[in-house]
Amino acid sequence: MSTSRTTRTILPGFGLTMGYTVLYLSLVVLIPLGALVLKSGSLGWHGFWAAAWNPRVIASYELTFFTSFVSALINAFFGLIVAWTLVRYTLPGKSFIDAVIDLPFALPTAVSGIALTAVYAQNGWFGRYLEPLGIRVAFTPLGIIVALTFIGLPFVVRTLQPAIEEIDRETEEAAASLGANRWQTFWRVILPTILPALLTGFALSFARALGEYGSVVFISGNMPMKTEITSLLIITKLEQYDYAGATAIATMMLVASFVLLFAINLLQWWNGRKFRGAV
Amino acid sequence: MSIELQHISKTYGTYQALRDVSLSIKDGELVALLGPSGSGKTTLLRIIAGLDSPEQDSRSRIRFHEEDVAHRPAAQRRVGFVFQHYALFRHMSVFENVAFGMRVMPRKLRPAKAAIDSRVHELLQLVQLDGLGKRFPSQLSGGQRQRAALARALAVEPRVLLLDEPFGALDAKVRQDLRAWLRRLHDEIHVTSILVTHDQEEALEVADRVVVMNHGQIEQIGTPEEVFHKPMTRFVMEFLGQVNMFRGRVQAGKAMLGEVALDGHYFPGKEQGAAMVYMRPHELDIKLYKNGAPSFPAKVTRINPAGSIAKITTQTTDGQNVLVDLSLEDYQRLSLSEGTHVYIYPKSSRVFLPEYEI
Repeated sequence: MSTSRTTRTILPGFGLTMGYTVLYLSLVVLIPLGALVLKSGSLGWHGFWAAAWNPRVIASYELTFFTSFVSALINAFFGLIVAWTLVRYTLPGKSFIDAVIDLPFALPTAVSGIALTAVYAQNGWFGRYLEPLGIRVAFTPLGIIVALTFIGLPFVVRTLQPAIEEIDRETEEAAASLGANRWQTFWRVILPTILPALLTGFALSFARALGEYGSVVFISGNMPMKTEITSLLIITKLEQYDYAGATAIATMMLVASFVLLFAINLLQWWNGRKFRGAV
Repeated sequence: MSIELQHISKTYGTYQALRDVSLSIKDGELVALLGPSGSGKTTLLRIIAGLDSPEQDSRSRIRFHEEDVAHRPAAQRRVGFVFQHYALFRHMSVFENVAFGMRVMPRKLRPAKAAIDSRVHELLQLVQLDGLGKRFPSQLSGGQRQRAALARALAVEPRVLLLDEPFGALDAKVRQDLRAWLRRLHDEIHVTSILVTHDQEEALEVADRVVVMNHGQIEQIGTPEEVFHKPMTRFVMEFLGQVNMFRGRVQAGKAMLGEVALDGHYFPGKEQGAAMVYMRPHELDIKLYKNGAPSFPAKVTRINPAGSIAKITTQTTDGQNVLVDLSLEDYQRLSLSEGTHVYIYPKSSRVFLPEYEI
């Protein structure tokens, strides 16, 4: 018997499910990513460095990370307010609003890109009024941030909702009876409780923004060195049949994303360690 | 701090949780609000704390030591509130939980850091948690959590301590220990306290006075002895401890149970009518033979001698179950067994007439 040396568990099929999980992850995630790294290796060290680290590419990295970070921050802040409102209050059309949150998930990103461009272009609904104020949205980094904020919102709201639902009334009442005002209750009791979920939402929104292509290319204008995001650069390379060059840039993004996700997980662990503890 | 409540009502939707309740509590008292779930006891406690507000009524008053606090929010009432499920801040250590109330004080009133530290240590010592300050709530047992919650509530030097079923989520042994401990603590610090509980044993053991509530109203207020031995209503009689109920009647001003006239119950001017007769198990005696005193025959159906008394279940000839508590000596002397035919002698009883009820 294969189980004779291991502890018996009630749930059967550990070997089967574990094997399946590893195989599936390998086929779908690990092997393509491995192939990507291998392909970029065909350039040799100098070729790789020249393709992945020249001024135009560096500008695109800076732009991509900066706009992604800012949009994730914006989403974390406003997403918190939206999630809070949806959980805590009964308002007319609540389920409708709740459904609308998911729209950026469901829309083809190109559709959102075109919609946003139409609205924010110089002669669009909003752009028309922003232009005289000296604010240009379309074809600037600001436009990219708008697009990334749009597509990242559901990540923050959907991760926060269950966390906010979980805060029990009594904890807040305890804070109030101890003399804390609303602001102190929020800052010292509620926020630390939902911080892990907020961090996760931020990380998801940020990660999604790093890889976004469809909604950004229309509104950004794609000017090299100014509004050219890394994903677009990769596509451009591919269109020029420079496969190795494209994979070199992609490998850089892969490493960066990996480091970021790792850092965020580390932060999560550090934060969660405190109150998971032994029971 | 004395507490004065007048004409407090509260309705949730169509459900009336409190009906015109008035209650006054003396300085330094420990009062238990006792009642079944849905009797309004927790609602009353939350209204005192300011976590709920009573219905608008020009006569309604909530006073702490003559000061009207009805319009003050919970944060400004200086009450310590202890919740059934502790409601500790789970992202804070026990130390930080206890310090919370002092840390959120306005800057002018806030004690210095060293003063907060020493006060927290003092409180942790008081609730016997010294040395556990660095732990997180998830690392404590239920009893420890509740003591931490109590220390947290006491940290702000509350004028009133309110405890909402504080031991309800704990197991029987821990509950009993904490109950006795709470009483000793109260004798030490003398803060006016209100304890909500549905456990009559807890209320009778801990409190100076017991307020028995039912359907949003107060049924009786009195010392544990008064409410147990001199219940004023049928509800109090039935809710506090086990009781045997018989359908008797009034005849020519006298309470009758079967053919037996019950001593000490006279209803002058009442010729005829139904009466409810209550007897607690310890108010009945069992003998094997008739001795001339009023008694009725019964048959022993079950015996439980595990405890400080023997609990005997008997059945009368008309099929009613009657519980009798005997001392262990009496039980052994009678050498009862299941099926034994016996005579039951009422020692004392209480009679309620339906229309005499309050």
